[in-house]
Amino acid sequence: MNLVVREALLAFRRAPLLSTLSVTTIAFSLFVVGLFGLVAVNLQDALRGVAERVEIVAYLLPGTPIETITIAQKDVEAFPEVQSATYVSEDSALARAHAELVEFRDVLQELERNPLPASIEVKLKPRFRDVEHVNEVAERLRGFGFVDDVRFGRDWVEKLDRLRQVAAAVGLVVGAAFAVVAIIIIGTTIRMAVLQRSREIAIMRLVGATDGFIRRPFLLQGAIKGMLGGLVAVGLSFGAYTLINRWLLQASFFNREQAIAIVGFGMLIGLFGSAASVGRHLRRV
Amino acid sequence: MIKLTNVFKAFPKGGLALKDVSFHIAKGEFVFLTGHSGAGKSTVLKLIYADEAVTSGEVRVSGFNLAELRPRDVPKLRRRLGIVFQDFRLLEDRTAEENVAFALEVTGARRASIPARVMRVLTQVGLAAKAQAYPRELSGGEQQRVAIARALVNEPTVLLADEPTGNLDERATRGVFQLLRDINASGTAVVMATHDLDLVRQAPYRVIELQEGALVYDSAVDERPDQAASP
Repeated sequence: MNLVVREALLAFRRAPLLSTLSVTTIAFSLFVVGLFGLVAVNLQDALRGVAERVEIVAYLLPGTPIETITIAQKDVEAFPEVQSATYVSEDSALARAHAELVEFRDVLQELERNPLPASIEVKLKPRFRDVEHVNEVAERLRGFGFVDDVRFGRDWVEKLDRLRQVAAAVGLVVGAAFAVVAIIIIGTTIRMAVLQRSREIAIMRLVGATDGFIRRPFLLQGAIKGMLGGLVAVGLSFGAYTLINRWLLQASFFNREQAIAIVGFGMLIGLFGSAASVGRHLRRV
Repeated sequence: MIKLTNVFKAFPKGGLALKDVSFHIAKGEFVFLTGHSGAGKSTVLKLIYADEAVTSGEVRVSGFNLAELRPRDVPKLRRRLGIVFQDFRLLEDRTAEENVAFALEVTGARRASIPARVMRVLTQVGLAAKAQAYPRELSGGEQQRVAIARALVNEPTVLLADEPTGNLDERATRGVFQLLRDINASGTAVVMATHDLDLVRQAPYRVIELQEGALVYDSAVDERPDQAASP
């Protein structure tokens, strides 16, 4: 076995308690980050669900020939922001009103003529579902001669926008704070592990070990501890998620990339924490 | 092979640890470095193995001018030296064999060659039978032998020993000292810092004596101080 790997693994065997303690500390620090991540992920999901309903409706002048509408529909679908453009004829508008507005069913029944206009319902691609783009597309739709009116619930879209900005800002600040706390705790833990072996480092230097030779097992060890801590943290988060899902509310869990990011984050802190502590020692001893 | 020229060393908080010390130790020599504690013996050794740097003056060790030594070349120097301390400095969680092997591993020695080389030095110091013992299972004398084996395994040209018998009883002291003499007899220079004058008198080796950081006597240059006193 490679000497670096052997030395790194030996440390786990020689100081099982301290190693377990490091991994546990790292795991719980990252678990807090993970819990916050879960909240963020679910909030984002909820916002996305709401944004899903951002829709622009262009009401058409009565008597617009269907050929014109079909061509226009194709044009609208070709807009870069647009995900879909659906034509709703007068008849289907009425049918939908029948189905959805139960209380008015009698009134609708007695109508001599269909008062509802035909429309084109436009859904935007996810990343364009904000005020600016909605406005732009609405403006373009107004440009069609046969479009009578364009509606999209401006207030509502603006509120959604603000909510998204607040969520992003809070997420960034709180997430950064949690990450910093995790970095400090993990850094301290790793430093303890290095301190515990300062005598050993001094002896290694006396027998002519290069700094790189001394450093490498520590780096590997830090990375392994960080990775194990990250894995445990993801496991704990999954446990929390399962509980929440069963007792509180329907939530979603990290996707594969996000889970890997947490483990990777732990690994990086472990690695850099070790590098910093060993570096300090090597300068001093 | 070891040459100190007009070496001064200041304490970090003022005062001089070494004052104008000069001497030359040739290949294969055995030299006692004597003096009271605090006289500067350990400082001289630390300068030689580049644990500390001179304030002024020049130190040359086995072809290296230590003033010009870059930090990353320090390991190269130390691999040519064997260093032994009063407190043994063994890794507690490794067996005698692993402690010795470790000094070879750090130098990047060929893996296959390590066990045989380790057994050879352990045999040389008389501890082959205890290769699998941990330091806590060994007596002081035995631990010092492991430390000497570790110092020898890289086949150094000089063995530096800082009070190697300081923690040992008389019997163990005699054993360790005899071992150092044997090592010297096989061609390795030995620089032994000690304040054990009985030991110094036992052997016909060169003596360098320090007093408050100054070299006050070198048997290779001066006559015996007691003889010098009487005309």
